Amino acid sequence: MQASSKPGLSVNIVTNTGTGTHSETGPLPMRMTVSKVNFYYGSKQILFDINLGIADKRVTALIGPSGCGKSTLLRAMNRMHETVHTSRLEGEIQLDGQNILAQDVTSLRRRVGMVFQRPNPFPKSIFDNVAYGLRINGIKGSTSEMVEKSLRRAALWEEVKDHLHKSAYDLSGGQQQRLCIARALAVEPEVLLLDEPCSALDPISTAKIEELLVELKSLTTITIVTHNMQQAARVSDFTAFLLTGQMIEFSPTPQLFTTPSDPRTEAYITGRFG
Amino acid sequence: MSARIKWRRFVSNFMLTLTGVCAIVSVSVLFFILGYLVFNGGTSINWAFFTRLPTPVGEAGGGMANAIIGSAKLLMAASLLGVPIGFLGGIYLAEFSGSAVASVVRYAADLLNGVPSIVIGIFAYSLVVLPFKHFSTLAGAFALGLMMIPITLRSTEEFLNGVPRYLREAAMALGASKWKTIASVVVPAAYRGILTAILLALARVAGETAPLLFTAFGNRFWSPGWEQPTASLPVMIFTYAVSPYEDWHRQAWAAGLVLLGLILIINILARTILSRGIAVPRS
Amino acid sequence: MATSGTTLPNAGPVTGSRSFGSRLRDGDEIARLITLLFAASVVLITVLLVYELWINSAMPRQKFGLHFFVTQVWDPVMDEYGALPFIYGTLVTSALSLLLAVPLGIGAAIFLAELAPPRISDTLQFFIDLLAAVPSVIYGLLGVFIIVPLMRTVIFPGLNKPLGFMPFFKGPSYGVGFLTAGIVMAIMVIPYIISVSREVLLSVPRDQREAALALGSTRWESTWKVVVPFAKTGILGSVFLALARALGETMAVTMVIGNTPKISASLFAPGYSIAAVIANEFTEATGDLYLQALIELGLVLFLLTFILNGLARLLIIVTAQKGSGVPT
Repeated sequence: MQASSKPGLSVNIVTNTGTGTHSETGPLPMRMTVSKVNFYYGSKQILFDINLGIADKRVTALIGPSGCGKSTLLRAMNRMHETVHTSRLEGEIQLDGQNILAQDVTSLRRRVGMVFQRPNPFPKSIFDNVAYGLRINGIKGSTSEMVEKSLRRAALWEEVKDHLHKSAYDLSGGQQQRLCIARALAVEPEVLLLDEPCSALDPISTAKIEELLVELKSLTTITIVTHNMQQAARVSDFTAFLLTGQMIEFSPTPQLFTTPSDPRTEAYITGRFG
Repeated sequence: MSARIKWRRFVSNFMLTLTGVCAIVSVSVLFFILGYLVFNGGTSINWAFFTRLPTPVGEAGGGMANAIIGSAKLLMAASLLGVPIGFLGGIYLAEFSGSAVASVVRYAADLLNGVPSIVIGIFAYSLVVLPFKHFSTLAGAFALGLMMIPITLRSTEEFLNGVPRYLREAAMALGASKWKTIASVVVPAAYRGILTAILLALARVAGETAPLLFTAFGNRFWSPGWEQPTASLPVMIFTYAVSPYEDWHRQAWAAGLVLLGLILIINILARTILSRGIAVPRS
Repeated sequence: MATSGTTLPNAGPVTGSRSFGSRLRDGDEIARLITLLFAASVVLITVLLVYELWINSAMPRQKFGLHFFVTQVWDPVMDEYGALPFIYGTLVTSALSLLLAVPLGIGAAIFLAELAPPRISDTLQFFIDLLAAVPSVIYGLLGVFIIVPLMRTVIFPGLNKPLGFMPFFKGPSYGVGFLTAGIVMAIMVIPYIISVSREVLLSVPRDQREAALALGSTRWESTWKVVVPFAKTGILGSVFLALARALGETMAVTMVIGNTPKISASLFAPGYSIAAVIANEFTEATGDLYLQALIELGLVLFLLTFILNGLARLLIIVTAQKGSGVPT
């Protein structure tokens, strides 16, 4: 399996079916690439030889049954795995052609943002939550304008514009998650990682966020982990299917869901397991 | 890497190192204390220290035998007061009570726990010293016993509550009455925690000085029986330390070493008993 | 099991529907009554304690009323008593001890909760718990023989020379005094701040920290600007707890405060605290008014610690509730 990338050039996206290879060529620049990545917690291996390209300004979904390693892979992409002492990453992950593992992690995380599974706003006001990233990074300019911009992008502005100084905990779950999205967007990341962002939310909030994601991709490259296949089908341009730490298939979304190349993919999406 | 990020990283590393320094400084106080006690008091600990009575000022060779015995008597009598009340009261809270009564008793125990020890001394003075018009071992033991109650009570309740339902149900299904169940199954299952609590309570009151100042008061000689004032280790340390005599200072260090040594040993013992695990297998 | 004719409504929580008669026969009722007696005695003792304090301080309360709290004079010879010097001393030494102990304690707690690997954190916490078990009189020993000379030879000259123009740092210093007592008390109080703060910090949900890191915070920024503020109510509770302990602190303070019932601005001046004057003068008190004035001081101390402990408990409860705060 190969994936080479230089921003702006055409790339081969190759999928591994186990019996042969199947390639697609498209003129899409890759924002991030994952090459030959193996991941360990202590002596236990979680990810096996992952190769993947995240297309610029598109939504890429990572799907698979529980424990397949999709969240682990996502967290490696902004080096959040480093918060666990025993984790070990082998291989290379590149952002715009540069290995993220060789960079300063603080700057990296400004460029690759993350939204978590459960909404986790800070115990501060709505305004201060969104402004947090701006302040610590010393971003110049009018804070209130930038906060408004982010809140609008997260489709939350109208609901909170008169209550910016109330506590973030006064919001509903769905609103809190959109606040977290606004908070992440405020620093204008190049890539936004979302780890099952809707799994703790009700269907209406989920629908709102899915709409949001489709709009946001013109601003920022999106990678989303989801256990909800229909969500992946609705929202993403590319989908990667992982199973027990291996990447089984990676294709444009319509193709993966209608004519999957690997029998395991087909078994998963038709609900035979997972 | 921009200058700003470099600065933020520097601040981060600096502040986090500082917190490490705070932790090390805090912990090292313990070793500092122990070190000083050993250094200053170690040489004064000899047989005479444990077996002789205090000598008049200026005479060498005095010891603290009466204080050691006095402290032992005080602690023994204090346990007789504090442990039954705490233990049986704790059984009541865990096994028999409704939540309203339980809250009141718990609140009272917490209140008692927070009372400054010198105020406990005043209380013991007004109840046991005033009516009899003299200081006594009994009065001191009363004060110390009071201080043992809250710790014993709360811990007994906590550990009894920790015994799983299925043990009680097994006994009751065999026809055991409630109190038989408690006595033969529940308490034995929780004994480790309760024992630990009693030890910790003892360790806590063993070092208390303030409540003894006007209850047991002090004594240069032996104190036979329970109705006379008695010497105790903590009060001796206090008296000797604030005196102007070098020899007494030396003895104060020695007594401090003995007292702290005992307290630390009890604490470590109690904690290791507890961490060895609860005497009940997990379900 | 034959039951007697009477069936009483069930009073206990788990006993089920056994009748009074059968409970009595099995000894359960006796057991319940006996243990109830002991539990009730705890409440009785506490009530009695407050009662005795109140009754035995009647004379000065009647004679001085509220003036007691604002009078500076403490004159056993003239039988004139005022609590102000002692309240002042208690507050000043407690404030000093917190000033020193809180930054150190919170810093150490941050290290133990955020940075240290679990084994090291637990080991260090073990030692901190042992520190909390060291009796006051031992800290007093340390105070008298180590800190007092240190104050005389190093700290006083060190602060007095550059800052002596300020009333807080005026000399002379005999080694004992407010600052010495404050330092000794700080050492005593640090373990409480560390233990509670560490626990509170450990209970902050992981994803708060991760959210901060994911926005590009440094470790310190995520700790200081997100985790600590999240835990701030509980940390405040630990400070109140420490303060409650400091207020009641008797022996170590008595040995190093200088036992002088005067109010002075200088930190190096000798002073007195409520607990210290009771400890020193209780057995010397000639005359009922004298003794009862001391007991009234004890009542004041009791009330102060009562309020503080209540506040501390409230704060810690509030934090525990907030930890599960995010609504779904």
